[in-house]
Amino acid sequence: MSESKSIRNTTISTSMYRGAVANIPLAVSAVTYGGVLGVLSAQKGVTWAEMSAMNVLMFAGSAQFVMVDMWQEPLSVLAVAMAVFIVNLRYLLIGASLQPVFAGHSLWRKALFMHLVADENWAVTITEHRKNGTNPYFLFGGGLLLLCAWSCGTLGGNLLGSFISQPEKYALDFAFVAVFAALSLSLWRGRGDALPWASAIVLALVSEKFLPGKWYIVIGGVGGALVAGAIEYLRLKKR
Amino acid sequence: MSANLFIENGPAAIIVASLITYCFRFGGLLLADRLPRTGPLRIFLDALPGTILVSLVVPSAVHSGWQGVVGVVACLAVYMGTRRLLLTMFSGVLTVYLLRLVS
Repeated sequence: MSESKSIRNTTISTSMYRGAVANIPLAVSAVTYGGVLGVLSAQKGVTWAEMSAMNVLMFAGSAQFVMVDMWQEPLSVLAVAMAVFIVNLRYLLIGASLQPVFAGHSLWRKALFMHLVADENWAVTITEHRKNGTNPYFLFGGGLLLLCAWSCGTLGGNLLGSFISQPEKYALDFAFVAVFAALSLSLWRGRGDALPWASAIVLALVSEKFLPGKWYIVIGGVGGALVAGAIEYLRLKKR
Repeated sequence: MSANLFIENGPAAIIVASLITYCFRFGGLLLADRLPRTGPLRIFLDALPGTILVSLVVPSAVHSGWQGVVGVVACLAVYMGTRRLLLTMFSGVLTVYLLRLVS
């Protein structure tokens, strides 16, 4: 009994450690990206306390950019809520796609670990799950590392004020695109993905041009996956 | 002191925004538990990670101009060759940095 328990504890800590290590490249870019937001937030008069509360309670990069941008008195809670709703709607899809990783795990574990799901550790975990299989601890380990990195970046930038005054000059804004491009390559499952992915790209590009916020991620993601579902539906009907 | 730490409505806005975000994360997972394991809907869900990720990447790459597009191509090449994420990130950033420098 105690032996099996200790084995279980070992796998838990090993998985968390592996998850953290796998997220190191993304943590590096989260520090720089967070630094940019921190500097912006200092210019907008956002305090370190407000920034910390957003980091720990919300933990969502692009939504924090939007909130920092809106941060002035009088602050409308409704306006912030609506903006965050649009920007973070994609987490509904991201949460749904993590179902195989959490299969068989308890409700409280799902409730706890889902809080630290960001685009970064989600992408790393899904990729790892497709390759070797993984578990919620792997995801959570990555989430903890990202929370540290994100807090270091945002608070460092906020305290130092002009830490990175021109991020685009050093192409630091490109770090995220670089990592996500590589990750999407490892999500490629074969020719069957071609049409869904092409549809997703077209839909995302078009809706990004015409719609506010992050709607384009939701529209591209859902639209592309609907194409995949429709192909399967037609295939089943033909049989 | 505490009045200076948060602007008016600041704490409320952060709490509401955080609740919305958490409900999406957890709600998505709970919703997926109730969905079928086979068929078109399953295929739809399995296709989501890839389609979300490309929808996230491509518009940002295009926003970085032609340098960004070249940078993405460089990243894909490096990642295919090495499978090293950190190396991929640095080569991408370096590529875009150098291209911006000369253009």
